[in-house]
Amino acid sequence: MKWARNVGIAFLVTVALACLLADFVAPSYARQFRDEPGAAPSRQHLLGTDDLGRDRFARVLYGTRVSLLLAPAAALLSSFLAVLIGGGAGFAGGWVERITMAATDLFLSLPWLFLLITVRALLPLNVSPITSVAITFALLGCLGWAAAARVICADARSLARSDFILLARAAGSSGFRLLWRQVVPNLRPIVYAQFWISIPVFILAEANLGVLGLGVAEPLPSWGSLLRELQSYSAITGQPWQFVPLILFVVVVSCFHLVLLEQESLA
Amino acid sequence: MSRQIVFRSFLVLVLASTLAVAQNGAQLRFCLHSDPKTFNPLLAEEDSSETVRYLTGGVLMRLNRMTQELEPELATSWKISDAGKTITFTLRTGLSFSDGTPFSADDVASTIQQMMDPSLHSPTGDAFRSGDGKTVTRVLAPDRVSVTFPAAIAGLDKLFDQVAIMSAKSPKKEMAVLGPYDVLEYKAGNYLLLEKNPHYWRHDTAGKQLPYIQTVRLDIQSNRDTEMLRLVRGEIDFINSLDAEYFDKLMQQNPALVHDSGVSLDSEQMWFNQVPTSPLPDYKKAWFRSTSFRRAISEAINREDLARVAFRGHARPAIGPMSPANKFWFNAKLQPHPFDQKSALARLAQDGFRFQDGTLKDRDGHAVEFSIITNAGNKYRERMATMMQQDLSGIGVKLNVVTLDFPSLIERITRSFGYEACLLGLIGNDLDPNSSQMNVWMSSGENHQWNPNQKAPATPWEAEIDRLMREQAISLDPKKRKAAFDRVQEIAWEQEPFIYLVNRNALSAVSPNARNVHPGVLRPQVYWNIDEISIGNEVARNR
Repeated sequence: MKWARNVGIAFLVTVALACLLADFVAPSYARQFRDEPGAAPSRQHLLGTDDLGRDRFARVLYGTRVSLLLAPAAALLSSFLAVLIGGGAGFAGGWVERITMAATDLFLSLPWLFLLITVRALLPLNVSPITSVAITFALLGCLGWAAAARVICADARSLARSDFILLARAAGSSGFRLLWRQVVPNLRPIVYAQFWISIPVFILAEANLGVLGLGVAEPLPSWGSLLRELQSYSAITGQPWQFVPLILFVVVVSCFHLVLLEQESLA
Repeated sequence: MSRQIVFRSFLVLVLASTLAVAQNGAQLRFCLHSDPKTFNPLLAEEDSSETVRYLTGGVLMRLNRMTQELEPELATSWKISDAGKTITFTLRTGLSFSDGTPFSADDVASTIQQMMDPSLHSPTGDAFRSGDGKTVTRVLAPDRVSVTFPAAIAGLDKLFDQVAIMSAKSPKKEMAVLGPYDVLEYKAGNYLLLEKNPHYWRHDTAGKQLPYIQTVRLDIQSNRDTEMLRLVRGEIDFINSLDAEYFDKLMQQNPALVHDSGVSLDSEQMWFNQVPTSPLPDYKKAWFRSTSFRRAISEAINREDLARVAFRGHARPAIGPMSPANKFWFNAKLQPHPFDQKSALARLAQDGFRFQDGTLKDRDGHAVEFSIITNAGNKYRERMATMMQQDLSGIGVKLNVVTLDFPSLIERITRSFGYEACLLGLIGNDLDPNSSQMNVWMSSGENHQWNPNQKAPATPWEAEIDRLMREQAISLDPKKRKAAFDRVQEIAWEQEPFIYLVNRNALSAVSPNARNVHPGVLRPQVYWNIDEISIGNEVARNR
């Protein structure tokens, strides 16, 4: 399956490059060509225009940039929290682990979407779209650590009981030094895997929020806001080019999974 | 031989029953978007319950949805007296409820008493609550009844369009009805079947008892896409209220299906938070209190584009609190605010704002930036807000669009006042400003959204509006009332506490099988004359 992984990586790199070059290859994502709302693909607008006359090709590129840039950032944040909480609890063991994992279970049982909606409603209103998108993904990162923490905790627990840790303890290593020098490096494969798993999860979560109208603020596009166009059957029949964001979304998430499979095998 | 006779008799019986089914079996089908919450007409407050009330309830008088005039129904005549406090009805005689219970003045008195009972919390009764004290009903004769309210109610007679009379004696209670249909069967979440009321009082000019259609099936269907597909497949006969997208899609498929009845009573508007205690910085409060600022923002918004792009041409630039669809109350002297960004900048300059390097700044150097909240999931409002974002950037104003879930939005605009501007719409159900506009325009009103529940009017123009609203509410002279409310509309146009953006058109779709359907702009747009609607050549057959 190495070839599949390579194809996945190549596709992701191509998409990332196209998004980075969006400023040069596409017009503004926000400009409304109000005389051409819902236009079909043309030379000026390669994927036509949306309901407000905005160039859909530009919005796909910028939306992909937003999702591809910020989903890994959110995954990084959640992985860091998962290592801190799960790794610490697994290493400490005993009542610390029991209480931390009980709290993690409680956190996992919270309805994510409602929690996000509630937290988002409490945030300040007067923020720019860039800030709003950063806040949205930061929230996703802060709320998405629990499942990864459980996995990492289990791994840290088995590491803490392993022979080489016993030897390290016998050699006088203890506490934070033992955790940092011996346990964390050995958690790396599973943390990588969790990181890669989280990226498509956060992309999907943002898309869900976007479909509810609670994602990234206008006029900044994201996959969530682009997929909202497909919500209504009546709006899409006869306009197959509207499916491009959906196809891109599916392919990118699939590529992440291909890469992930390789990471899991490494782990 | 005897076998042949039996066979022939059976054949005749089958043919006769088939013919009877063909003649009486016509069924009208359409969708409700949720289950009705109640069958008690006095408690109806959401669309589905109101639909059932309209189809089953008999009312004393009915507002003709085309002419916007009251027409006698169960009451043959009525008279308002006692300075607008008392209304006396003369009733039709010889009528019965759907279960055969005779109809009399006692039923009217009983219904009014129930409706005004504070413990029932009747939304219909709320429109009649004019002051402290009891509502007195007097049965003057079996066919005459008077109702006296504690205080005068302007436009009193029109309010009775919503009051379905219930039987005081029938054991079936609210299920005994005087309207064209009664409830035959209800399967929650599935369908509601109504059958023709055998005792319905109306007849057509040929003497045939109405309604023409034997049964009405209301399928509970929340998904609009499915509803549209079912209409195209001929499984339902109409869609009462269509979105612009669905309208255009159906238009492409079959132009004969859709009807754009023109501008409706529904409006979309924005307003700035002017609550003195709101947690906004003082300089922003000063912007929002400034008439010039509000007028400038209004002039910088291209309403024609909003109507053309956001609503695909199925809306019109709004003018003020009354839509042009309201034939009597609309102030025809007023015109929509023009899109004129130069004029907007000139107005702002009067208030010390200056436009520099593409940014508008106030006299203290604060860049003009504010957020507008609207409810998440409403694509039209999100589109409008995004278009306004581009329009306002033309005068250097940065607008941040924030979509919130509805409970959070309501919390902000009614309790915490933690918002700067809000974009919402108003569904217009009532023509008379006394029932639809009092709570909005009185400074003490809860729906005086820009600064609600004021103890005393915050500005001279709000005090003037209060005075005019009271004047039109107590006057019984329609001309005086109209003059007072015309002035209210003028003040609203000048001050723009609400920046009215567009009035939506009333869009509907009707199967070609349905006859005598005349979609209008008032709710219910399609089936307002339900007892005269027929399917196919049902009228001809029945005659």
